[in-house]
Amino acid sequence: MRAERELELRKTDGDASGTPRVDGAVGTATPHDSAVLHVNGRASYTDDIPEPRGLLHAAFGVSTEAHARIRSMDLSRVVSAPGVVAVITASDVPGPNNYGAVIADDPILAEDDVVYAGQPVFAVAATTVDGARRAARLADIDYEPLEAILDPETALERESFVLPSTQLARGDADTAIANAPHRLSGTARVGGQDQFYLEGQISIAIPREGGDLFLYSSTQHPGEIQHAVAKALGLQQKDVTVECRRMGGAFGGKESQPALIACTAAILAQRTGRPVKLRLDRDADMIITGKRHDFVSQYQVGFDDTGRILGIRYNHVSRCGASADLSGAVNDRAMFHSDNAYFLEHVAIDSHRCKTHTVSNTAFRGFGGPQGMFACEQVVDDIARHLGRDPLDVRRVNFYGTDSRNVTPYGQTIEDNIIEAIVDQLEASADYRERRREIEAWNAQSPILKRGIALTPVKFGISFTATHLNQAGALVNVYTDGTVQLNHGGTEMGQGLFVKVAQVVAETLQIDLSRIRCTASDTSKVPNASATAASAGSDLNGMAARNAAEKIKRRLTGFAAEHYGCDAHEVRFDNNHVHVSGETLTFAELAHAAYMARVSLSAQGFYKTPKIDYDKTTLTGRPFYYFAYGAACTEVVIDTLTGENRMTRVDILHDCGRSLNPAVDLGQVEGGFIQGAGWLTTEELWWNPRGDLKTHAPATYKIPCASDLPPDFRVTLLESSENQEDTIYKSKAVGEPPLMLGLSVFHAIRDAVAACSADPTRAPELVAPATPEHVLDAVMAARGDRSV
Amino acid sequence: MTTPLAGNLCRCTGYRPIIDAARRMVALERPPGRHAQPHGAATSDAERDAIEALRALNDDRALHTESSGGTFAAPTDIDAFARLYAVEPNRRILAGGTDVGLWVTKDYQDIDDVLYIGNVEALRDIIVTDTVIDVGAAVTFSELMPVLTDEYPELTDLFRRWASPPIRNAATLGGNIANGSPIGDSMPALIALGTRVLLRHDHDTREIDVESLYIDYQVNDLQPGEFVKRIRIPRRRPGQLVASYKLSKRFDQDISAVCAAFSAQVEAGQARHIRIAYGGVAGVPKRALATEAALTSKPFDEATVRAAMAVLDEDFTPLTDMRASADYRATAARNLLYRFFAEATELGATDVYTYAR
Repeated sequence: MRAERELELRKTDGDASGTPRVDGAVGTATPHDSAVLHVNGRASYTDDIPEPRGLLHAAFGVSTEAHARIRSMDLSRVVSAPGVVAVITASDVPGPNNYGAVIADDPILAEDDVVYAGQPVFAVAATTVDGARRAARLADIDYEPLEAILDPETALERESFVLPSTQLARGDADTAIANAPHRLSGTARVGGQDQFYLEGQISIAIPREGGDLFLYSSTQHPGEIQHAVAKALGLQQKDVTVECRRMGGAFGGKESQPALIACTAAILAQRTGRPVKLRLDRDADMIITGKRHDFVSQYQVGFDDTGRILGIRYNHVSRCGASADLSGAVNDRAMFHSDNAYFLEHVAIDSHRCKTHTVSNTAFRGFGGPQGMFACEQVVDDIARHLGRDPLDVRRVNFYGTDSRNVTPYGQTIEDNIIEAIVDQLEASADYRERRREIEAWNAQSPILKRGIALTPVKFGISFTATHLNQAGALVNVYTDGTVQLNHGGTEMGQGLFVKVAQVVAETLQIDLSRIRCTASDTSKVPNASATAASAGSDLNGMAARNAAEKIKRRLTGFAAEHYGCDAHEVRFDNNHVHVSGETLTFAELAHAAYMARVSLSAQGFYKTPKIDYDKTTLTGRPFYYFAYGAACTEVVIDTLTGENRMTRVDILHDCGRSLNPAVDLGQVEGGFIQGAGWLTTEELWWNPRGDLKTHAPATYKIPCASDLPPDFRVTLLESSENQEDTIYKSKAVGEPPLMLGLSVFHAIRDAVAACSADPTRAPELVAPATPEHVLDAVMAARGDRSV
Repeated sequence: MTTPLAGNLCRCTGYRPIIDAARRMVALERPPGRHAQPHGAATSDAERDAIEALRALNDDRALHTESSGGTFAAPTDIDAFARLYAVEPNRRILAGGTDVGLWVTKDYQDIDDVLYIGNVEALRDIIVTDTVIDVGAAVTFSELMPVLTDEYPELTDLFRRWASPPIRNAATLGGNIANGSPIGDSMPALIALGTRVLLRHDHDTREIDVESLYIDYQVNDLQPGEFVKRIRIPRRRPGQLVASYKLSKRFDQDISAVCAAFSAQVEAGQARHIRIAYGGVAGVPKRALATEAALTSKPFDEATVRAAMAVLDEDFTPLTDMRASADYRATAARNLLYRFFAEATELGATDVYTYAR
């Protein structure tokens, strides 16, 4: 494991000039602020919070049908079950029965029709968890079954959509394809993915006084929970407060989905006047809440003898499920990433947002980007095989340029392109060319096992595509002992946002990290905050926190200058001390003196991302502030008897700009890669012909295990990199981009499948996830044979 | 290092820091005053008190308690156990609880009257004779594994992938056999080895082949009041070839799509004493009798094996579910027979796990 050694090199106690720096300054590999609490089990998650007196526990009663009309509903056995205190249906929702944040098509509880198996129809509050869950199974509901559309391709045929189809085009794709020396068409199929956060969805609603309500919610978006709960309860936003100290993972699954959980708990709490906790068990969580969209992407492409793409047309068909949720933005991002790192001069991208009678799909790390890039990488790989060229060479001839060939299909000029340099470095350090030669020779003498290798690039656009979300607030309070409470609109889901933002404040105020406590995300401290999503948590909240800290620093500077009778520029904050015209005092002494002089030591900070602007109707402009880059080289071995496969070596080089915290960023890169690898190998969602999701627990849905880690795993953060844009300390976002490094695993398997083929120009027919079954199917197709 | 972690999922880290921490922990010097403790020994006064309190509970006496929900009986004497079950055959026998527990937590079943088998002293030992490994029904997998893999090292990977350490510490061989899941991973290997099962009803004992216990999906040959008492696994014969392969989406902690086991002896170029069993391709763990016949007393060569692979479809009609399609199960089942042949004859291990280790 080389990863750690790389990290040691980056750990520094002082800057280049040898000046001591504050402990936990920006750029140091500081442990996660809750690392010790995580390890000793004392980090408090929502279900660990001491339960208030009189707490009730809630459970959903759910639809057994994928699509049906409710003829009648008899809940008398539910109501009379032991311990049941309240039972609610759609008609009991005081406000509008909807929690949809973008479009109001997400009923909290089903009304006349049910639109997916597992949809909540009613909710129960009882004195025990067990009592609530048992009671929820006792409903007698008479359904009139309606025709169910269970896959996106059928939905496309029936023109069943949650949102209108969309096109993004530049140049003349059809003519370019028609005139190209070579043409190919194909279909890329990639499955969905469950977020599988280890802490499931949960909310506790506590009625306070005069009709106001306090909620704990495991959510990436406390502000939206506040707004949704207020609406559902017929309250004003001022009447609802939402707090979240941390989540046990979220991955996008707690962006819009927690509103359903929180609204239900809140309605039951308001109705009973008692605190209500709603915690879904794993099965209910996986059946009721949304996942990553599965995509079927048809493509036609024209290219020259080198494999350079001259014209391309995509037709993306995605499973949005029963409602729109965030599917508009997810599919937009899939379109924006259908280029990955490649210049597509003449391009037409169609996107169909299909409505199916399955759970409504939602945000998941990458937010459509991975699916767009999945299709794109398959195109490039197919071209390479068709021409008999090394796929890496075809990738290279298609890379975006720096001065020309540098405008995306949506019209944004790429100003920070470093993909070629990253791939050059990784190709050399991973010894790609020599290993490819060695693998070819090895495969020639190995009848049963085949090896494959692939090096794939990642370019990922940073910013919310909904421009208004690119804003953030923070609150910094300095106390008279010189210590600081920091609060910002971001949420902690294990990703290390709190420590990174605290490092920013430590650096700005020049005080040790141990003197700063980051407090729980709270709608009463920072209002209207955006979701912690789109990889933008550190970029946005780090800037807002710095803005707040600088305000206080300016006030302290002004006070010190006045007090000591010098110019403001003679006041210098350095390593827990403040130097003023020859005098040195501690930060605490200055804070106390400022307080005594009636200087405000509390400030709100704000930030909005500059430069971004794009036209939603044409999908053109500058949706992204900048791009994050990386590349991965993966080698695999497959078993042509069974389709089983293993990674044998992985090399990653990823760009975090000037990393705020290399330890945290390295964790994001490794974890993102493994999660991406899981998406494309072991994680499979499977519905039966009735539309019941049958992979709804760890027994049936398989995220990677410790033994799935490649035995040789070399992860490096790009050295001497800095963001060209003026981001927080020149760092780059790191939450989502590394997930797409997992594409290299799929393409390495594809490469191994191709090694089975008598005709090397033939595109491997591999469907993602590359389960043993899908790999064996592809091997047999490559051999044109169903037997060994 | 990953073996003890097999039962633990992480969705954030990608595991590398966890493995590093474990490595570093092993390498660290013990803090002064802390001495190496024998397994299960207390490291503090509070821990010692807790261990003593727990030990006091385990007084080796028969237990019988009642609550509003039902009764719980835990005899220590085999005759008492057999007598109670004969009289009250509707009791649910509880062993490791690794499956019964899920009926309660996942399916909200009420289990009224429980008969716990884990305290029956006579069912908790392993006796190795010249001919058999004789295993009491309440022996856990953690206890059985070293004995069985010592005799049959070819089964090491199968049992390393059999659940995870916490489950293996609780789950019993008897429970696994009596449960008789079509996707249980012990049964194919036990069938292929020619395992016999002792069943007891009150004072009577009968002995049958393990495979004849399984009649149909969730239907077995156990009579009301009858239970699995001991499992007799034959000792290895000279020249015996043994293999077992498990196919699943994930290496660790997954349920088989197909599990296969083979035992044979090749004498004068011909395969004899062939026993082949599969899980995941029928409603019960099952022998491949037609396939065995197609291999027996013929030259053990590629032509014979390919002909036998074609016969395998007569033995099984697999189903499609979330783990795999019927087509995949049928194809992979055939190919695993080919793997047994290939590994037994010339190629050695041909699986990706051995390669990628």
